[in-house]
Amino acid sequence: MPSASPDTRPDDTFESVIRFDGVGMRYGRGPEVLQDITFDLPRGSFQFLTGPSGAGKTSLLKLIYLAQRPSRGLIWHFGRDSSKLHRRELPDIRRRIGMVFQDFRTLDHLSVFENVALPLRVAGRKRKEYADDVAELIHWVGLGDKMDAQPQTLSGGEQQRVAIARAVVGQPELLVADEPTGNVDPAMARRLLRLFTELNRLGTTVLIATHDITLVRSLDVPIMSLADGRLNTGRRKASA
Amino acid sequence: MSEERLPPTAPEKSAPLLPADSGRDRPLFAVAAILVFLACLAALGARGAWTVSDGWIADLSGRMTVQIMPVDGRDAEADAAEAAALAEALPGVRRAVAGTRAEAEALLEPWLGGEGLPADLPVPLLVDIELAAADPASADDLTAALDAAGIPHRVDDHARWSEAVVRTARLARLMALGLLALIAGAAAAVIAFAARASLAARQSVVDALHLVGAQDGYIARLFERRFFVLGIRAGIAGAFFAFAIALLVTYGGPGQSEGFIPVWSFSLWDGAVLLLAPVLAGLIAALSARLAVANDLRARW
Repeated sequence: MPSASPDTRPDDTFESVIRFDGVGMRYGRGPEVLQDITFDLPRGSFQFLTGPSGAGKTSLLKLIYLAQRPSRGLIWHFGRDSSKLHRRELPDIRRRIGMVFQDFRTLDHLSVFENVALPLRVAGRKRKEYADDVAELIHWVGLGDKMDAQPQTLSGGEQQRVAIARAVVGQPELLVADEPTGNVDPAMARRLLRLFTELNRLGTTVLIATHDITLVRSLDVPIMSLADGRLNTGRRKASA
Repeated sequence: MSEERLPPTAPEKSAPLLPADSGRDRPLFAVAAILVFLACLAALGARGAWTVSDGWIADLSGRMTVQIMPVDGRDAEADAAEAAALAEALPGVRRAVAGTRAEAEALLEPWLGGEGLPADLPVPLLVDIELAAADPASADDLTAALDAAGIPHRVDDHARWSEAVVRTARLARLMALGLLALIAGAAAAVIAFAARASLAARQSVVDALHLVGAQDGYIARLFERRFFVLGIRAGIAGAFFAFAIALLVTYGGPGQSEGFIPVWSFSLWDGAVLLLAPVLAGLIAALSARLAVANDLRARW
C-alpha cells in the first residue's frame, strides 16, 4: 500500500517515482481543487486512480506531468523536488513520463507514424534507428494499415491507440494514462491493459486514471480514489 | 540501417513538425518583402549620400578662389594673371587659372542681362585655384604671396560653404543610416510579433512537443528555421524590386550631373548590398522569431 511520511527527505524518496506530500492546488484565486494530497508511487508499481468527474483527477495528472505547479505542498519526481527544478530540467523529467490523455492530443498534421515517433524524434534519435520499432508498435496496437493516415481520419478508439503508442514508444519509467480505454471496445481494452501490465512487468511504473470499474476490477492493484479533491487509498480484489 | 530494413509501411521522410499556415504566412511575407525593399532603398540611398557628400567635400576643400579687386590705375586682367602665376608657384597648389573680364561678365549675365556692361564699371575678376590633395596650400600662404606682390585681392577658401556642406553631408549620411536602422528594427518587431502569433496559433503543437519532452530551444529552433526561410524568400523579393528601381534610376535618370544634383550609378557595392539583403533579412527574422518564442516559452513555468 502506498504511503507517505511527511518528514521523509527527498533523498530518501528515490524509490518513489512520484511522491506528493500535503499537496494543494487551486486555479488562480478559485477554491482548492486538490487538498492535502499525500501519496507515493513506488518504482515498478501499478495503480489505478478513480473518482467521479470533477474530483480532481485531471488536475492531479497535470501536477504529475509538470503542466502545473502546486499551490502548496511538495512533489518529488524521480527523487527530485519539483519546486527546485529549473525550466530546462523539465524536458528530461517529462521524457521519463509517458502520458496518455483522454483527448488524445495527437497532432493532426502528422501521420500516425510521425505522431507515435514524436518522442524519439524530439529526443534527437535518428529516424532509421527507430523506424522499425515504431512500425512494430503501431502494428501491435492494430493500426499497421493506417500508418500514413492522419489522426483526424481515425475513430476515437484508433486515436486513443495512437496516443498510447506515443506514450510508450520511449519506454518511459512512468506511464500515466487518463481514461485509456474510454474509446475502445472491450477486446481492445483488454489488449491495451495487457500492454500496460507487460510494460509494468518490464519495470515501468503505471498509473491509470479511469471510471471503468471493469478495468479496475480486472487487476488486484492499489486504487487511489479522489473525491472532492481529497484522496482515499485502498485495494480491490480482481473479480476473476 | 538500410532502407530495405525499414518496414514497407513506414514513411520515408519526416514531416515538418510545424504545420504550414499560409493564411498567416502570406501577409507576413508581403510585409517583410516590402520592409526589405525599403531597407534596400535606404541602404542604396545611404551609399549614394556617402559618395555624393564625399564628392561635395572633396570639391570644396580642394579649391580656393581669389577675387582680384578692380582698382583705378591698375590692369585687373594683368593682376589676375600675375596672381595665378604667383599662386601656381606656391607649394601645395596644383593649378591656378586666371579669369578674364569677359568671363566675369558672362558670370554676371543672368543677373545683369546680355547687353554688355559699361566699360568703366569695375568688375572683380576670379582666379580659380586647385589645391594639391596632399599638404595643400592655405589661404594664409596665398594671401601673404599676393600681399607681397601688392595685388589687391580677397581670398575665399570656401570655409563658410564647406562647413555647411560637411554638416549637410553628415546629416544626410546619418539620416540614411538612421532610416536603415529604423526599417531593420521595424522588420524585427514585425517578425517577432508574427512569431508570437504563430506560436499562439500552434499552441496545441507546442503543448504536444512539451509533453513528449521537447526542450524550449528545440521548439524555438522550429520557429527560427521557419522564419529564416520566410525572411530569405521575402528578402529575395524585396531586393529584386529594389534592384529594378535602382536600374530604372541608373538608366532612366539624368545622364549628367546638374551641379550638386548627383547622378546615380549602380556600383558593385550596391550589388553586394542587394545580394546580402536576403541573408540579413533571414537572419533578422530567425533571430527575432527565436527570441520572441524563447521569451514566451520561458514565461510558462
